[in-house]
Amino acid sequence: MNRRAKTVHLEGVAKQALETGRNRLLLAGCLVALAFVAVGARVIELSAFRDHNEPTTSNTTADAALQTGRADIVDRNGLLLATSLRTPSLYADPTEVLDAEEAAATLAQVLTGLAPAEIVANLRAKRRFVWLKRSLTPREQHAVNRLGIPGLYFMDEWKRVYPQGALTAHAVGFTDADDRGIAGIEKSFDDALRGGQEPLRLALDLRVQHIVRDEVARQIEAFEAIGGTGVVLDVRTGETVAMVSLPDFDPNVAGRMEPDARFNRATLGVYEMGSTFKIFNTAMALDAGTTTLRDGYDATDPIRVARFTINDFHAKRRWLSVPEIFMYSSNIGSVKMAMDVGTERQRAFMGKIGFLTLTALELPELGQPMVPSPWRPINTMTIAFGHGLAISPMHLASGVATVVNGGIRRPVTLLAADVPAAGARVLKASTSKDMRRLMRLVVENGTGRKASAEGYLVGGKTGTAEKSGGRGGYKRKALLSSFVAAFPMHAPRYVVLVMVDEPKGQKHSQGYATGGWVAAPAVKRIVERAAPLLGVAPVDPKSPEIRRELMIEMPGIGGKRLASF
Amino acid sequence: MSAIARTDRSIIGRWWWTVDRWTLGALALLVLIGAMLILAASPSVAERINLDGYHFVRRQFMILPVALMVMFGVSLLSPVQIRRLAVVGFLGSLILLAAVPLFGSEVKGATRWISLGGLSVQPSEFAKPFFAVVSAWMFAEWRKDAEFPGHLVAIGLYLLLMLMLLAQPDLGMTVVVSVIWFGQFFLAGLPMILVVSLIGLGIGGLIGAYFLFPHVSSRIDRFLDPASGDSFQVDRSLEAFMNGGLFGTGPGEGTVKANLPDAHADFIFSVAGEEFGGIACLVIIALYAFVVLRGYALLMSRNSLFVVLAATGLLTQFALQALIHMASAVSLMPAKGMTLPFVSYGGSSLLALGIGMGMALALTRRHAGAEEDLP
Repeated sequence: MNRRAKTVHLEGVAKQALETGRNRLLLAGCLVALAFVAVGARVIELSAFRDHNEPTTSNTTADAALQTGRADIVDRNGLLLATSLRTPSLYADPTEVLDAEEAAATLAQVLTGLAPAEIVANLRAKRRFVWLKRSLTPREQHAVNRLGIPGLYFMDEWKRVYPQGALTAHAVGFTDADDRGIAGIEKSFDDALRGGQEPLRLALDLRVQHIVRDEVARQIEAFEAIGGTGVVLDVRTGETVAMVSLPDFDPNVAGRMEPDARFNRATLGVYEMGSTFKIFNTAMALDAGTTTLRDGYDATDPIRVARFTINDFHAKRRWLSVPEIFMYSSNIGSVKMAMDVGTERQRAFMGKIGFLTLTALELPELGQPMVPSPWRPINTMTIAFGHGLAISPMHLASGVATVVNGGIRRPVTLLAADVPAAGARVLKASTSKDMRRLMRLVVENGTGRKASAEGYLVGGKTGTAEKSGGRGGYKRKALLSSFVAAFPMHAPRYVVLVMVDEPKGQKHSQGYATGGWVAAPAVKRIVERAAPLLGVAPVDPKSPEIRRELMIEMPGIGGKRLASF
Repeated sequence: MSAIARTDRSIIGRWWWTVDRWTLGALALLVLIGAMLILAASPSVAERINLDGYHFVRRQFMILPVALMVMFGVSLLSPVQIRRLAVVGFLGSLILLAAVPLFGSEVKGATRWISLGGLSVQPSEFAKPFFAVVSAWMFAEWRKDAEFPGHLVAIGLYLLLMLMLLAQPDLGMTVVVSVIWFGQFFLAGLPMILVVSLIGLGIGGLIGAYFLFPHVSSRIDRFLDPASGDSFQVDRSLEAFMNGGLFGTGPGEGTVKANLPDAHADFIFSVAGEEFGGIACLVIIALYAFVVLRGYALLMSRNSLFVVLAATGLLTQFALQALIHMASAVSLMPAKGMTLPFVSYGGSSLLALGIGMGMALALTRRHAGAEEDLP
């Protein structure tokens, strides 16, 4: 190929390349033109066909989830616990307000709870937007409109309303001013509630909840206590029928609560439970087979370990049978029982019954148990009577449900469960049966007599723990008095736990502030009031079937058979 | 208009009679509108960050004449001179880009700015137009002489630039540069099969960015599902358009600018929408479309592949920047901070635009028959 030919060839290629370029440039031009048209069309759509006063479009899809409001929360019978209302909120554009002083003075007359000085400060702010008051009533809105002050505007907002007020405050929780759940069920189900339309049905029964709150509050007042908690669980499903922590707060004005009121004693607080733990100690020993209801231990002398002395509160100074150890709440006997089972098996048992991890409850406010590490023989001894392992009251109630329901552990839940969750066997059915008899015995003949609700066969265990006082010691005067019960004991349906924080001995209690004096009467009244609502009918405790079911052999008292009445 | 005689053979005279005066007029209008919008939008932004109200206005009005002078000066050059300028400029901005990670200052999680003699400069803004011209040259050479591997050089330069931009990281700029470069390659006769696979690669790259950069993924999530996060800026922007309606609330009467952090830069189109209304926005859109499409049309009759490719690249860059800014403001795409050419506040952006559009004007001048012999 000579030079000239090459040039010609190249020119041909260049021409062709140019041709391709032009064709493709045309295509690119069309694409760019299309893009400009699209932007133009969108601008027209926005500016001509949308009205910014329409709430559904002013914030576009961003608030779409909020536009539908949050889903309601209802109790197990469908009663409203939380709902959303659309309310007007008042804001101002301070640059448009002519006379801040005058506006503030007139506004303060129609809006309660707003100080004129505060309004003036807001109206003088160097901003274009200040909130004056969120969520006005229609009456207030009307009054503000009548004033005709320029520069004031309303913006519709969703407001969360809790018709039951403080009653279910700790379970339901509350939302912040922007409708985001920040506590309780509102927080743990925030996403579902935000997007949902269907009400969220809780396991709580408002009627029972009210009874529990009423009775716990009554004991707190009667014993000058600083707080208390009450829990009712369905032993067959793990549903939380009632959960109360006092002091509580009104979630409608959640901003104004005391920090202590926000603290959920039922789930977030972890405590050394004291003697109620003997339920688990005894169940563990019976289940392990290291002892039986006919065996016993010598409880004559206190146990001395290192610098501790373990003694009995109601000391009998003799050999005690297992039922007696439980009934008289003998620390010495319980420690010996635990030693026979051994440290490893005790730790495994506490793990299996769920005392070493968080409960399954659907709340953000869950307390992590305080578990001894390392778990030494001395811990085994103290845990036998409820010290050295701190758990939440919800743990305790859940553990008792497992012990009495035949030995099946089911996760506790705040949601209504139509079908019980799958459970895991923790105890033999026979152990569970023995434990029911023992718990009934405590109410029949032991420290829990004040919990005996006629006809409902209450069984339970008292606990009176000294609260640990910070630096490893215990405060003699600061008690945690509890009673944990189940009823009816021949076929348990519900667990009831009442715990009172720092009760003081009173004249009417002969100076006592123990679980038997403080918590047991509350349990009795809760059972008496709630059982009819829960569909538990009273039975005749003297009927032969029930006597057979709850009969217990008491070898300690001359080997005679003692029926439980 | 006839102050300059057609027979005037001076540089200015020749320029006046060969430059596209329609484009010039459209750009001048945009600059005017921009000046008005800066006056409307920036005082509230400046006051919010405790600066003197006219801080941004003064700075913008100081840079604006400089940028216009630069544009005019560059548009006087011939295509060959443009090419030389671009090569030198590209090398210079590469050096600055390389210096950014070493001496740059970090703003909002990315290092893009470097201080040059008391001025903050964003080198990537300048790399953009120069790169468009350099790669156009390489592509043109490749088509002219198959033995010269111009396209390979272009690919190499592109990868180098990508590396530097992603290191900052500046994803918006990366996307813009990629689209322009790909467009030029496409125009230069990239085989269709490769066009399709490169588009696939680009989409793959964007998906990769989604997973690689958390700020990108959150921004895209918020676009696809506004409820998933804070879409405050876009909401306010849309509110501005609705508030403005077709005729606007009037200059200075807008309220949304008080709540938009970047009302004078990344969201100035929203301020236009609120204060001047939808119809004014259409005029702005039309001006951009006019500049770009008229530029394309002028190129249809040009015979130098280099000129076609280079000018297309520059004009497309101009178009893309405007489109991304406006589409973000009306939520047609995930929010991406991009200045509106000649309208938004921003020194580097304005100067770079002056250079870019100056080169585009120079390349679209009528060079009576001279370009056939363009070396």
